[in-house]
Amino acid sequence: MSLIVSNITKTFDHFPALTDVSFQAEPGEFLALLGPSGSGKTTLLRLLAGLDQPNTGTVQFDGIDYLALNPRDRRIGMVFQSYALFRHMSVAQNIAFGLTVRPSKERPSKSEIKATVERLLKLIQLEDFGHRYPSQLSGGQRQRVALARALAINPRILLLDEPFGALDALVRKDLRRWLRQIHDETGVTTIFVTHDQEEALDLADRVVVLKSGQIEQIGKPVELYHRPQTEFVFDFLGSSNPAPARVDGDTAHFDGFSVPVISATPLNGQKTTRFRPFDTQLATEGAGFKAKLVSVLPAGPSLRLELKGADGTLYEVHQAHDSNAADLKVRDTVYIRPTKVYAF
Amino acid sequence: MSAKAARFPKTPAAIGLTLFVIAWMVLVIILPLANVLFEAFARGVAPYLTSLAHPDAISAVKLTLLVAAIAVPLNAVFGIAAAWAITRFEFSGKGLLLSILDLPFTISPVISGLVWVLLFGAHGWFGAVLQDAGIQIIFALPGLVIATILVTLPFVARELIPLMQDQGTDEEVAAVTLGANGWSLFFRVTLPNIKWALTYGVLLCTARAMGEFGAVSVVSGHIRGLTNTLPLHIEVLYNEYDSVGAFAAATLLAGLAIITLILKTFLEWRFAGELAAHRKH
Amino acid sequence: MSPPASTPATHVVPEGFKPPKVTHNTRVLPGFKLSLGLTITYLSLIVLIPLAALIARPWEHGLEAVINTVTDERVLASLKVTFGISFAAAIANLFTGLAVAWVLTRYEFPGKRILDALVDLPFALPTAVAGISLCTMYATNGWIGSLLEPLGIRVSYTPLGIFVALVFVGLPFIVRSVQPVLAEFDAEVEEAATTLGASPLQTAFRVILPALAPALLTGFSLAFARAVGEYGSVIFIAGNMPFLSEITPLLIVIKLEEFDYAGAATVALTLLSLSFLVLIVLNAAQLILSKRGQK
Repeated sequence: MSLIVSNITKTFDHFPALTDVSFQAEPGEFLALLGPSGSGKTTLLRLLAGLDQPNTGTVQFDGIDYLALNPRDRRIGMVFQSYALFRHMSVAQNIAFGLTVRPSKERPSKSEIKATVERLLKLIQLEDFGHRYPSQLSGGQRQRVALARALAINPRILLLDEPFGALDALVRKDLRRWLRQIHDETGVTTIFVTHDQEEALDLADRVVVLKSGQIEQIGKPVELYHRPQTEFVFDFLGSSNPAPARVDGDTAHFDGFSVPVISATPLNGQKTTRFRPFDTQLATEGAGFKAKLVSVLPAGPSLRLELKGADGTLYEVHQAHDSNAADLKVRDTVYIRPTKVYAF
Repeated sequence: MSAKAARFPKTPAAIGLTLFVIAWMVLVIILPLANVLFEAFARGVAPYLTSLAHPDAISAVKLTLLVAAIAVPLNAVFGIAAAWAITRFEFSGKGLLLSILDLPFTISPVISGLVWVLLFGAHGWFGAVLQDAGIQIIFALPGLVIATILVTLPFVARELIPLMQDQGTDEEVAAVTLGANGWSLFFRVTLPNIKWALTYGVLLCTARAMGEFGAVSVVSGHIRGLTNTLPLHIEVLYNEYDSVGAFAAATLLAGLAIITLILKTFLEWRFAGELAAHRKH
Repeated sequence: MSPPASTPATHVVPEGFKPPKVTHNTRVLPGFKLSLGLTITYLSLIVLIPLAALIARPWEHGLEAVINTVTDERVLASLKVTFGISFAAAIANLFTGLAVAWVLTRYEFPGKRILDALVDLPFALPTAVAGISLCTMYATNGWIGSLLEPLGIRVSYTPLGIFVALVFVGLPFIVRSVQPVLAEFDAEVEEAATTLGASPLQTAFRVILPALAPALLTGFSLAFARAVGEYGSVIFIAGNMPFLSEITPLLIVIKLEEFDYAGAATVALTLLSLSFLVLIVLNAAQLILSKRGQK
């Protein structure tokens, strides 16, 4: 029952929105399509739902050619970015819609539909909201109704387009945990689109990173984070600092010190390596990149320092609150030393 | 962007302008309306009722209702189809289609009647064929109906298009992914969303269909009791110097106009968001 | 040979680029063929074929017959009456319509809502009703006519009567075109003009009026187009004296009653062409005016 997407290409007016995209979603998997705007992730989602057709490539689910199926018959639960709730129907009617429009032979009985709606209302924790209309709900509540509506048709796959895009930060975090919980309860293969790396890494079993319509990397969050295969993936998943070095296999050599280097393939020669803000040590003397402190700000569990190198390079460095960095003052000169770097 | 709030006129210029506008509205709009009532009851209630009870008047009312009952539903169905095609799909020639749709608003009603005579009249393109087949279109009910259809064609479509454009396709696409077929999509998702705009369009279309004079006048032949709609009945009586009769019939149409205005104002007030953002007549 | 500049070898994604959002998908929503087919069939039967007849019929007695009809003194006189008085009435409505729209949006007074609703009466009132009522009112023994008679002014059965009828018909077009623009006019712009030392009159003429110009022109075009084709409200009050107060639509009816189909079609086509010509000019002017407003 896995979803197999092979060699999908889609162009809009000569602009290639997707180029040779292939991936597979295993049964029950929670998959994220991650990429910046314009990377083709929403287009990919629409192709899966049957709302667009690719130029070439195939989509198969459980051995069925999905591209030959009408979107109506794919039984794909889609949660739209705008939610697209039926504004003239109550919450309960919205959720029941997909069941009530079935041909009379396949339609569940009225009591069955009612039971399904009640079960789903409970699942989305809106038991008492069945009679309300979408305009009477908050953004987060609408989003949950949209999800229940998609789940009501007992979908083979659940697709979510930027599910948290229109919500404020607080609601977003709550819903995220809740969505994961729902997924674990229902076990539906779920694919969601997001441009927020934190969201993707936090929620998904695996993440497909897209850039300009092409897949950059597919992998589990930890793999992506610790073994990024391209510079793009590394930069997209978090802040990074540049560091020119002479790379020699698994070691990067800098002026006066050497550190381990992480790369997909063994590299040699002069490279601009990169390092994360927290893979660093700061010292007031010794080897390292000489820089002046520009600002110190508390950022959650650590201190965030901005520094400016002698050649104008800007560095972002994270240090523990109780480290010696706390004693530094703006315009102090410090030496930054990465503890490990990445090269591509 | 905030507009200036309306307030009572205070400066002499503002008071003067307001009084002028009130006087102008009374002169141009209210007096002609009041005059209809005044003339209709000029000789009392009895002559008024007598002229309304005249068989010609009754048959004119029936014919007017019949013509509207055929023309309006046809134009409503057309309006929905046109709005669906234009707002839900991309195709080349859409601009041209919209211009053609607007044509009946720009053409003189007399010309809207004339074209049917040119086609189906005694000397029309299909005149001889129809005569041989014994089918009468001009100077008969079919002529009245098609002339009315032409004149009132854009009303429903013009009301629906901007609204459906605004509403977008999100809900309908969602319904498709939930398994809805074409008809349940239309009746359960689209129609409930456009019902007030449709009502509004049908209202304007009906008012115009019942009141149409120029186009109908050309194709009617003014056969009393047979092809005279209410407006034509008024013309005939007025030209025969039956002022009370003409104005009595006119009160019916004026009443219809007032009802239309009241319903229109109510719809605009109550369902402002569910009607098209901008008015075009 | 260098490749043409318009087809770059590599596609560079601009920053923040979003592929065009496909809102209208010919495949997803049903009913494309049905609705478009119905629309085109209906429009062809009701609008295009009849119009084809109108365009084809004038020439059946040759070009000379067409020229003779068009250059006929009576036809020319009717066109002059129709376009001249339509123009005059639209101009009159430009001023009074603006005043009505201004007062209805800016001031509050008892009965305003009713007055506002009544602006649409000429849309809703059948033209024949308006025609006989205006004619009676302005006749020498009518409410207004009897007041004007001593001053030596006659309205019913004169060109002035046509003017009165067309003012009635055209009023809502100007008011309803201007009203929304006036209602949404940014109060801060007016306040800015005041802080810069403009008097209320200066603000009105140099700040607000120019902003209203496109809407005024739109209303003018609509009122003018309606007036040129108007029949029902005019024929009762006009008197219909050839060369003096005979409008072109009436002449079409007269020719038709004489079974002169070609002649009627010729006059109709002339009327239609001329009014389209005027509308094209007005639309062009409107386009220039509204472009000037949005930078």
